Amino acid sequence: MTAVETPSTTVNTATVGPRRTRSFARDRQRSLPLTILLWVCVLYFVLPIWWLFVSSTKDNSSLFATFGLWFGGDFSLWENLQTLFTVRDGIFTRWMVNTLVYSVTAAVGATFLATMAGYAFAKYNFPGKKLLFSATLGAVMIPLTALALPTYLIFSQAGLTDTPWAVIIPSLVSPFGVYLMRVYASDAIDDSLLEAARVDGAGEFRIFGQVGLRLLGPGLVTVFLFSLVATWNNYFLPLIMLNSSDLYPITVGLAQLQSAASAGGGSQALFSTVITGSFVSILPLVVAFLFLQRYWQSGLASGGVKG
Amino acid sequence: MTHSTALSDERTVKPSRERHVNTAIRKQRLAAYIFLLPFFVVFIAMLVVPLAYAGYLSLFESKLIGGEAFAGLANYGRALTDPAFLGGLGRVALFFIVQVPIMLGLALFFALALDTARAHGSKAIRMLIYMPYAVPAVVATLMWGYLYGPDFGPIAQIARAIGFGTPDFLSPGSILGSMMNIVTWEFVGYNMIIMYAALRSIPSELYEAAEIDGAGQFRLAWSVKIPAIRPAILLTVIFSIIGSFQLFAEPSLLNTIAPDAISNSFTPNYYASNLAFINQELNYAATIAFLLGLVIAVVSYVVQLGEERRERREMRMS
Repeated sequence: MTAVETPSTTVNTATVGPRRTRSFARDRQRSLPLTILLWVCVLYFVLPIWWLFVSSTKDNSSLFATFGLWFGGDFSLWENLQTLFTVRDGIFTRWMVNTLVYSVTAAVGATFLATMAGYAFAKYNFPGKKLLFSATLGAVMIPLTALALPTYLIFSQAGLTDTPWAVIIPSLVSPFGVYLMRVYASDAIDDSLLEAARVDGAGEFRIFGQVGLRLLGPGLVTVFLFSLVATWNNYFLPLIMLNSSDLYPITVGLAQLQSAASAGGGSQALFSTVITGSFVSILPLVVAFLFLQRYWQSGLASGGVKG
Repeated sequence: MTHSTALSDERTVKPSRERHVNTAIRKQRLAAYIFLLPFFVVFIAMLVVPLAYAGYLSLFESKLIGGEAFAGLANYGRALTDPAFLGGLGRVALFFIVQVPIMLGLALFFALALDTARAHGSKAIRMLIYMPYAVPAVVATLMWGYLYGPDFGPIAQIARAIGFGTPDFLSPGSILGSMMNIVTWEFVGYNMIIMYAALRSIPSELYEAAEIDGAGQFRLAWSVKIPAIRPAILLTVIFSIIGSFQLFAEPSLLNTIAPDAISNSFTPNYYASNLAFINQELNYAATIAFLLGLVIAVVSYVVQLGEERRERREMRMS
């Protein structure tokens, strides 16, 4: 118990210790009932996405006329994609690019800030350390949307609203990222390595760049992915910050298309555009998840567990 | 403190070394502050300043003539007696009490089940349950909105086919439950991964003792695994408090397909944004945002305090 629970920091996922050897619970018999139960549960998580895919292959009439979880008579995916990428002069591509630019910029920045701060908290002693770290931890609890409104007012006075910066700058703060990096850095970087580098006469910044960053790899990816997903999925902030639909990220754009479709403003054709657009918009992150999934876990588990 | 006494002992012997050590420490401290500086600049600009500004705004009210006037705590008085705000707050509190235990219970169950590695295709199961986290709340809500649809939604189609009639997921009475389902679908996997990551790094010594006892899987889960990952569970609870109290995307998008079921004050955040951007009541909206932040901070703090107390009690008992 004591090895896992640190009373002073209450939100502590850091579970220091060697990775459990594979012999434990690994070689036991497989259980058929458990397998069936879990795969039935998986249906709940997968079927909506399956529905989204199936629906994006239907034209409007079969969308409303055929059974939702199976293909309709015709396969209209290509026509739907064509409509999607040409509607309003190809604004969908624009939205996707915006989302990509906003979330990658914000995630790179947030990771950079969080890594330096987390490293400093993990590897240095300095006056005010405890206070600053408690402030960071406390900030994990500040609801970002409660801040969006006053931030909007400040930005509008500074003339920053309706620019990409209005979405990127507030997304640079990641207190949870700092916390994760601190936990990760204190386990992944051995103090003696730093001492050795110091004896060799390396400066603190060179040590960080050449020793620290190299050992922080999986932690960096975890924080990067968390920030990326947070900005990618954000709706409230861009909704209030941006006015020109040219600047919208995909979330705000799709919501706008949807309300146009519901209002019956255009034609019913909009519904299949919204559905196809939703399907296309989730593909990049789903693919990223599949390829980078080991990092989520390893970075989160921290405690010296590498990749 | 120990550093300085050690240093003063050295002073009499090696004055030059002492200066050397001191400059080294000073250099390291300086480096630490420089590492922290960029984060805290943005931290102050994007967290502290907006928070203070919201607090400041909440003390004023705009008059038709003469611009802003100091109003003291009048906005707070209004908010605390505003049925729209209190109703929204009650709704998200109910959401938190009902949805979060279900979501975290499922997440914990999946994490424990996958940790035993007794199911075929554990890795694929983990991936597929986690997948909805890659779907933005906007897309998830749009999608479920169609799935709930009474005419061509597949749930209604199936229900009709087996003779249950058409369920109404979008009526005023059921919309909160429908919303709970959307959020559960989105975040079970995310919470599962946090718990699973913690489970995978439980030190093996903890298992050895239980193995010797011959404990079964359920006992192992209950008396070794769950206590060991308590900090991770607490983290998911805190995140869920924040998530449910500031619901926004779900109500604002469901509003377009179920305008009768979702009022403009369905959740406090939705209310605040409507106040600010439709009613132009910026000061009152800032008050709502500030109060909401306060409520979240207090609830999170109380949950943590309860956990710490429980921990201390257990330590005394053992």
